[in-house]
Amino acid sequence: MDTVHNISVSLQSGDYERVSAFTKQALEKNIPPKEILDRGLISGMNIVGEKYKTHEIFLPDVLLAAKAMYAGMDILKPLFIEEGIPTMSTVVIGSVQGDLHDIGKNLVGIMLKGAGFEVIDLGNNVAPEKFIETAKTHHASVIAMSALLTTTMPVMKRVVELLRRERLKGKIKTIIGGAPVTEAFAREIGADAYGYDSAHAVDAVKRLVGRT
Amino acid sequence: MREIIEIPLDKVKPHRTDVLRTQGVTPGKDTSHNVEKPLRKAIELFLEYAHPVGVLGDIPLPQFEDVYKGDGKNETSTPLDEIFKKAEALALFAVTIGEEISQKISQLFKKNELVLGSMLDGAASVGVDNTADFIENHFLTMLIKRGAATSATAVLRYSPGYCGWHMSGQKKLFTYLKPEDIGISLLDSFLMRPLKSISGVLIAGPREIHVFEDSYPFCAECKTHSCRERIEALFKESRYNNRV
Repeated sequence: MDTVHNISVSLQSGDYERVSAFTKQALEKNIPPKEILDRGLISGMNIVGEKYKTHEIFLPDVLLAAKAMYAGMDILKPLFIEEGIPTMSTVVIGSVQGDLHDIGKNLVGIMLKGAGFEVIDLGNNVAPEKFIETAKTHHASVIAMSALLTTTMPVMKRVVELLRRERLKGKIKTIIGGAPVTEAFAREIGADAYGYDSAHAVDAVKRLVGRT
Repeated sequence: MREIIEIPLDKVKPHRTDVLRTQGVTPGKDTSHNVEKPLRKAIELFLEYAHPVGVLGDIPLPQFEDVYKGDGKNETSTPLDEIFKKAEALALFAVTIGEEISQKISQLFKKNELVLGSMLDGAASVGVDNTADFIENHFLTMLIKRGAATSATAVLRYSPGYCGWHMSGQKKLFTYLKPEDIGISLLDSFLMRPLKSISGVLIAGPREIHVFEDSYPFCAECKTHSCRERIEALFKESRYNNRV
């Protein structure tokens, strides 16, 4: 088995120490960081994501794999910056203003990072203007919003309206999710996508940035 | 009568199967060491960081009607609208397991302890549900002592934000019950803080009054249909018989 394949296999079993060791080993063998990322880390996470969707594995397994992914990324990221390799699309994520729930949003963020996205997590209780400003500053492709309360769902509409007003709708895509949020609501407010759960949210974001 | 109840931790300790269910793990499925270890740790942390407490207050039907109406934003027809009018006794309640556990969960996520963070969040959700179950049982015991319950009596809880009862109902519920006395505050979005809190009404009456079909327009958007499980449970157990 080659080293990069070992990274993928170790990641799938959530063994972050081995992922870290094999990533270092791969670099010592002069394997390009981009190849380690694509064929090792992301490929491993893709398998994990698919198995999660088909209920072959469960959330703790995905989270363990994500932690292993971070261990590899911590080694690769400085090299990407050094070599000027562009990162994947950036996603700005947060729970909307008035909402303090953030576990669901955290899971989506973790899985997006696992899929190779750059994720800027604004936390919870995020004002509409903050989403837009951060997305503009970091040239983000997607704003991902979570709401767990019917009373805070209108904030999502406000973000879409602000994007429209600033003529950014279409350039910066939006995806929404959370317990009371539905696909119909996403359509109604003009959001670009709806994430039923974390796994589907990642698929939807990939579609939004043309990475399917 | 209004009562603040300190709840013993061992009465609300989350069961491992329930915590695993919050993580999407099918009951009965073999779990690896990678899952078992954080599961045990999460339950230990729950016992260290959870502080369960509840407040319970009787409310006469006309006053509850006012609480239920809230800001007038409820769905036109709701199951609760039918159920509470047939109640033999009603009580408002609020429970929490405190803020400390939510802070611990956030800390774990920040430190990339993802599995443990998620597992503790699940344990906390189960724990606060168990705390609300404890209050339900406490209310039934109270009614039995007062001679106000029979073997056919069942107590079930309903909360603003569910089954057509608009979240704005929280405002009047807080005015009547004052859960601030046990450390729960209400935000402008009607969200309670600490996050792991539950509030609502306890409805006591013949168990048949709690039965309804999940065919209301808003049921189509419900992702859990957990009402089915709650109604079924009423006919499987007699909590009354355990107490007399």
